[in-house]
Amino acid sequence: MIRQDFIALATDLSIEDLLLEYPIASDFLANLRLNSIPKQLSLSQALEEVDEGILQEFGLDKFGVLRSFCEFMETFTPAEVSLHALSSLTIIGGFNKSREPENISLTISCGEIISIVGPTGSGKSRLLNDIECVAQGDTPTGRRILINGAELDDLQRFEMDGKLVAQLSQNMNFVMDLTVSEFLDMHAKSRLTTSAKQVVEKCFLCANELAGEKFMPDTKITQLSGGQSRALMIADTAYMSNSPIVLIDEIENAGIDRRQAIELLSKREKIIFVSTHDPLLALSADKRMVIKNGGIIKVLDISDTEKQSLKAIEELDNTLQKLRNRLRDGAQITVDLLKS
Amino acid sequence: MKLITVAGPPSSGKTSVIIKLIECMGLPKGSVGVVKFDCLNSFDNLRYKEADIPIQTGFSGKICPDHYFVSNIDDAVQWGMKLGFQMLITESAGLCNRCSPYINGIFSICVIDNLSGANTPRKIGPLLKLADVVAVTKGDIVSQAEREVFAFNIKQVNASAKVIFVNGITGQGSFILSKYLQQARDIQTLRDMKLRFTTPAAVCSYCTGETRIGESHQMGMMKKMEFKEL
Ligand SMILES: Nc1nc2c(ncn2[C@@H]2O[C@H](COP(=O)(O)OP(=O)(O)OP(=O)(O)O)[C@@H](O)[C@H]2O)c(=O)[nH]1
Ligand SMILES: Nc1ncnc2c1ncn2[C@@H]1O[C@H](COP(=O)(O)OP(=O)(O)OP(=O)(O)O)[C@@H](O)[C@H]1O
Ligand SMILES: [Mg+2]
Ligand SMILES: [Mg+2]
Ligand SMILES: [Zn+2]
Ligand SMILES: [Zn+2]
Repeated sequence: MIRQDFIALATDLSIEDLLLEYPIASDFLANLRLNSIPKQLSLSQALEEVDEGILQEFGLDKFGVLRSFCEFMETFTPAEVSLHALSSLTIIGGFNKSREPENISLTISCGEIISIVGPTGSGKSRLLNDIECVAQGDTPTGRRILINGAELDDLQRFEMDGKLVAQLSQNMNFVMDLTVSEFLDMHAKSRLTTSAKQVVEKCFLCANELAGEKFMPDTKITQLSGGQSRALMIADTAYMSNSPIVLIDEIENAGIDRRQAIELLSKREKIIFVSTHDPLLALSADKRMVIKNGGIIKVLDISDTEKQSLKAIEELDNTLQKLRNRLRDGAQITVDLLKS
Repeated sequence: MKLITVAGPPSSGKTSVIIKLIECMGLPKGSVGVVKFDCLNSFDNLRYKEADIPIQTGFSGKICPDHYFVSNIDDAVQWGMKLGFQMLITESAGLCNRCSPYINGIFSICVIDNLSGANTPRKIGPLLKLADVVAVTKGDIVSQAEREVFAFNIKQVNASAKVIFVNGITGQGSFILSKYLQQARDIQTLRDMKLRFTTPAAVCSYCTGETRIGESHQMGMMKKMEFKEL
């Protein structure tokens, strides 16, 4: 749609019809305290009856309202093609902390999972930052990040508008005073999805599957347990976030099925980076990146031998989980339990 | 000299963002100065000094900090020019939600944090609405979903703004923000330039020190609330 068409919405359509066709327009009215203007008129007619004083408080006159209406509708009309159609990401090495060259060029495709390991302070978060800002040799590491094989200029980097990367970490919480279903509805609305209802439902079911204990749609998000919150965040990232890259920073003891969570995300054709010290997560990836002294020193394919040990690690993990559950239930721990 | 105005609600992370921003711009030490406009008290000067950033602080006391800003901003620019800064950044705490310190043609950043409630962006006035860039802090503590909802609510009131998530503690995101500052233009003076929005008419009896309550003590510009039958 071009701006002319949006003007037509304000002049040719009654507000009633406008709201039916574009429910989001009601937010525009609410933002300017115009909720109660006569709905049988068109917006431009109705504005004739509005007290100028109110508009002035918002720094607008009638013409200004119409102009910002067009801007608003333009912003919240889903773009025909997604800016963020991403099929691959390439990391081209820069320098480590001692300014030695980092000899690497690694291309990662959608659906791939990369784990990042390395000592504290080695530069894991720095690498994730480079990816987030699509570094072009202009960050302290000198790395370059290519999207679909190409460099981005500053304008294209700006256009990403922070939507390239979704993040998930241990210390994230819900703070809004909403129930689970209100919250999911709100997020769906902000995505401008047309099939909001189905997506919300899928997301809710999936979150409950990942979480140890079940929760209801009318549970307040702030009252979810740590594990439930993490499960909801992961399901939400999978189904509702439009960011093609997901960065996961240490979600070790979240009390959810970690492997299932990661698999869910990768099935949604996202590129996933997991910074972790957890062997289970590190080996669940397709590749493992080792970082030392600020530089990537190795990229390992997870070998078959490693994949085999994954089974044993899983058993260890299950044993630990069993112990945790017993503790929770007030039972006692015996040595026998360790010989699963 | 380039001038940047940064404003935002109290404790939203303005100082943290400015310090990270200056750090990652990589300009020579001492070539970026800061002027802080506050109401009653501020401890920001200590943090700027610690980071080796030249700082001046002014207190508006009983007048609106944004009125105070307008009456002093050109002097601030002259101070910065005299000290040979390449860039001057002003930090002001938006308090009344009705004014904003933004000037036409001067790059402006609104700093707001994720924790302040989903609908807060829709309640803040010109402070948010007229900013060129909105920097959202404290994203490390809330879920991705809430960040996305928050950004959406910002776009609702300022459709043309760029929304950037900045972590005031680690500096994540400040790099992209610093890239935007390259658009800021060079100025020598602000004389005859204009505010983006009128500052409120604040001339009632209470503005001038009245403390007694009741109709007979109320004079000047008054706006009375309308109480309806329920
Ligand atoms: N977790 C987290 N804390 C932050 C972030 N940004 C700022 N803070 C913290 O928030 C508090 C307030 O930050 P300031 O930078 O002082 O905020 P301000 O807007 O300058 O405050 P005033 O100038 O006093 O109005 C500090 O304790 C910061 O450490 C962030 O991105 N994440
Ligand atoms: N190649 C590099 N060149 C210069 N500085 C670097 C480089 N890599 C990392 N650094 C710097 O080293 C510091 C530590 O890095 P970072 O925070 O990324 O470590 P980390 O691996 O995430 O640590 P933790 O496990 O504690 O989270 C940061 O200040 C970062 O900017
Ligand atoms: Mg880290
Ligand atoms: Mg401050
Ligand atoms: Zn004010
Ligand atoms: Zn007054």
